[in-house]
Amino acid sequence: MTDDKNIAEGLPEPVVQRPRINASLVWLVPIIAALVGLSLVIHAWSDAGPTISVSFQSAEGLDPGKTPVKYKSVVIGKVTTVRLSEDRTHVVAKVALEKSAKSFATADSRFWVVRPRIGLGGVSGIDTLLSGAFIGADVGQSQEPKDDFVGLESPPPVTHGAPGKTFDLHADDLGSLDIGSPIYFRRIQVGRVSSYHLNKDGKGVTLQIFIDAPSDQFVTTSSRFWNASGVDVSLGADGLKVNTQSLATVLAGGVAFQDPPGPHDASPAQENDAFTLFNNMATAMAPPDGEPRYIRMRFSQSLRGLTVDAPVEFLGVPFGRVVSINLDFDEKTQTFPTIVGAVVYPARLGKAHDKLMALAKAQGDDEQMSQMMGRLVDHGLRAQARTGNLLTGQLYIAMDFLPKAPKVEFDGRAKPLEIPTAPGDFDKIQQQIADIVSKIQKVPFDSIGNNLNDTLSELHKTLQQVNGSVLPEVKTTLQGAQKTLGNANNAFAPDSQLQQNLGGSLQELQRAARSLRVLTDYLGDHPDALLRGRRADDKPLQAPLPPPPQDAPTQGSKP
Amino acid sequence: MTDLPRASDLGLIGCHVCRLVCRDVKGDNAVCPRCGSVLHKRKSSSYTRTWALLIAAFMFYVPANVLPIMRTVSLGDVDDNTILSGIIELWVKGSPDLAIIVFTASIMVPVLKFFALSLLLISSQRGSKWAQRQRSKLYRLVEFIGYWSMLDVFVVALLTALVQFGFFSQVEPLPGVVFFGLTVVITMIASMTFDPRLIWDGRDFDD
Ligand SMILES: [Zn+2]
Repeated sequence: MTDDKNIAEGLPEPVVQRPRINASLVWLVPIIAALVGLSLVIHAWSDAGPTISVSFQSAEGLDPGKTPVKYKSVVIGKVTTVRLSEDRTHVVAKVALEKSAKSFATADSRFWVVRPRIGLGGVSGIDTLLSGAFIGADVGQSQEPKDDFVGLESPPPVTHGAPGKTFDLHADDLGSLDIGSPIYFRRIQVGRVSSYHLNKDGKGVTLQIFIDAPSDQFVTTSSRFWNASGVDVSLGADGLKVNTQSLATVLAGGVAFQDPPGPHDASPAQENDAFTLFNNMATAMAPPDGEPRYIRMRFSQSLRGLTVDAPVEFLGVPFGRVVSINLDFDEKTQTFPTIVGAVVYPARLGKAHDKLMALAKAQGDDEQMSQMMGRLVDHGLRAQARTGNLLTGQLYIAMDFLPKAPKVEFDGRAKPLEIPTAPGDFDKIQQQIADIVSKIQKVPFDSIGNNLNDTLSELHKTLQQVNGSVLPEVKTTLQGAQKTLGNANNAFAPDSQLQQNLGGSLQELQRAARSLRVLTDYLGDHPDALLRGRRADDKPLQAPLPPPPQDAPTQGSKP
Repeated sequence: MTDLPRASDLGLIGCHVCRLVCRDVKGDNAVCPRCGSVLHKRKSSSYTRTWALLIAAFMFYVPANVLPIMRTVSLGDVDDNTILSGIIELWVKGSPDLAIIVFTASIMVPVLKFFALSLLLISSQRGSKWAQRQRSKLYRLVEFIGYWSMLDVFVVALLTALVQFGFFSQVEPLPGVVFFGLTVVITMIASMTFDPRLIWDGRDFDD
């Protein structure tokens, strides 16, 4: 230890200074870290919105920690976990909403998964092909808090707060319509079916439709809605008509609406007004039906071709339809009359109906207007089964005034009202045809046939005679004639004797003629030769004067 | 080895800067007569400082792991990754080697450093004479690997700077990486403030 002290002896002494900053200040570092951490926690806690759970049929496209929840394309939350429900029928996605999206955790919010979707109406959600699916959200007005939702399987057709109006449509059945089916106005899509439900009494369905603004103003209190699904093919007097809204409608269904032609109340319909959904445009555009009445008719003829739903017309105006056709038995006459029941809509007669009603009321007629009906029957009002279509033989019921119709008794108080009938046009035609047939039947076709048969056998005999005796003679005659003609032919043949003789004679004749000419020429020059005889040639150079050529006979045509 | 005298036993104190050996005056505020830097037998309040920094580093380590460190946008797919989810993604997407490297550098090394420093601090404070050489080696290891634990920060910085594929891919650093960087820096400072001589001091030198 003495060595140690010695070492220390010669060493410099440190300078002592006043104290510096307290070392414990280093604790500021963890305190700051803690503060930062705390601020993060507080920030996260204050930023955290409500956590909700949404159940879906499938977790396809849902990525925990990644899949965003969007409202109007703004991210308002994120899926934190996805798990299978306890009964394994669906998946439950926990969604952490942002604080600003607190209002989405209320009763009427709706959530659905936006995936690329290809439907008849087009393709939607293309952007999700790249970015992955997201959960779409729609918020309502409700203030009631809720944190457990059932997700929609397809985007809702109408988002809350979208400008437009909702209307109710009553229909017999849903047809091919579905949520999202388009609503057309003048073939432009202006809305869609937003929901439907079966009526409580089970006797129809009610569809809720949404018409986007500003097209919702075209829905008036007198607008008519009809089912535009399918192709409406009608064969009318003016030819074949095919009517459809669009190809997509044909496949997927749709509804169209329009105001009826002519004067009507064009004030815009109110929100949630109810309308009837007609089956097609024709019935939609027909005058309003009013109250239906049930009538009965008793036909004594066969009504083959008359079916339920066949039209009933009053002076050519569609008036109602047949609802029942039943066979009856009449003991008195031992016949089977047909009882046809029909539902008619007197209001379809329009002005006539209004006037008749006014008249009946003025005269104090009863509800069924029995006096009025009685008068009309007296004037010849009768129901007839007429042929509507000659090709198919379809019948319809026509109510017309037949002044010549025999008088019948009419009970105006009977319920249901029974309209007297008259045989239809078709029956008359049938009667006429029957007459014709019976007349034809009177013709003695048998004896006519027998006579004809005898006549024919006579003719046969005659012809046989002709064959046996006349024809052979004709044959021999013809053969004789043929021989003669053959001889004539031979005689005129180029190598026949006659032809050769003729040629020789002609040559001889030519030669004679030439000799004669030579003689006459010589005599013309030397007329004295007749007296002195022929003298010797004095001019040998002029000798070839007329040298007779050897082939002259063939060229005997010198002028 | 404890038989051999230490500088403090001899009443000596060395200047940390100019290495001048001075006499120990047993005062807290002695200053080197040659260069003027503060003299102390051991790093002053080494335990306190190391503990404080270690705790601060641990506090930053929590948000560093909880908060996302990086956002990648590729083909419209926005992906926020924390350190752990990034490692999982690397592993799942077929780069287990990279995943192991990142896991080692970002999770294992910091955690090991926390454990090692805590172990050194506790054992030294209790004056334990257990495995002093090994503890010294552990300290040197901690000092050595400290420089390599910034891997995540480097990865994010490199990706952000280089991997800009425009429309197809975008990389963006998120707050987590700041906390991770702070953790790494503060643990490095903590390991620096720890005086390894304390390992050898035993009970008789309680700061
Ligand atoms: Zn010095």
